[in-house]
Amino acid sequence: MTGKSAIESSKTKPSSEAFFWLLFSAGGVVAAVLIPIQLFLFGLAFPLGWLPAPSYDHLMALVHSPLARLYLFFLCSLPLFHWAHRFRFTLYDGLQVKHLNEVIFAFCYGGALLGTVLAAYLLWSI
Amino acid sequence: MTDQSITDQAARSEFHPRWYRERVSTWWWLGEWHYLKFILRELTSISVAWFVVLTLFQLRALLHGPEAYARFTNLLQSPILIALNVIAFCFAVFHTITWFNLAPRAMPVRMGGKRVPEFLVAAPNYLLWVAVSAFVGWLLLRTP
Repeated sequence: MTGKSAIESSKTKPSSEAFFWLLFSAGGVVAAVLIPIQLFLFGLAFPLGWLPAPSYDHLMALVHSPLARLYLFFLCSLPLFHWAHRFRFTLYDGLQVKHLNEVIFAFCYGGALLGTVLAAYLLWSI
Repeated sequence: MTDQSITDQAARSEFHPRWYRERVSTWWWLGEWHYLKFILRELTSISVAWFVVLTLFQLRALLHGPEAYARFTNLLQSPILIALNVIAFCFAVFHTITWFNLAPRAMPVRMGGKRVPEFLVAAPNYLLWVAVSAFVGWLLLRTP
């Protein structure tokens, strides 16, 4: 690393890293509190018939309330940014593929952004 | 570093001596429970992403109408998806527990000069988790 790029990265990195870290921890909280119950109900309890699944109309009525849309939007977007941060470092550290840093960064945050846009579009048009 | 120890290196050039650094194996985290726990915690992010993808497909099915939604719920009953969701659920709970237990370490609480025990700092997280889960369950299960 040359002197110049070292200075540049020390100037630009901390603030953007702090921003991504903030998204990471916000997503971590949302994922920790909400994903277990959501995944348990929709992924296991309803398909296996342990609990009576809500009807299509019931779900649509829920989704049509603005609060539920807001809830669903944050339920999708924030955990995706949590994933992006954590998965990025899993690849960096776990597999030691540091030479692909830029590709991994684009894949992770591009994916999170794409998912966020998709969630916004779906919730807007539903 | 002495001249002698540098000469021992295989890839050595006259003007850019390379310091010896042992390459860490890709599977360095398999040896010890602490490392394995760390990697398992890191891998919980995959189940988080899986859940969001599933939710996006669910929203898409809802958007496309009752038939599309029925197809979606039928798909969720397939053994493969049940198996995947069992794994994802375990990882999701693992994330919750490790995340909640991290809070007292990130913010040690002191009262009267003494450090409050970790389980007491983490306890409100678990209470919140139970309350929110109960509320989500109630919203979905109540008969309108």
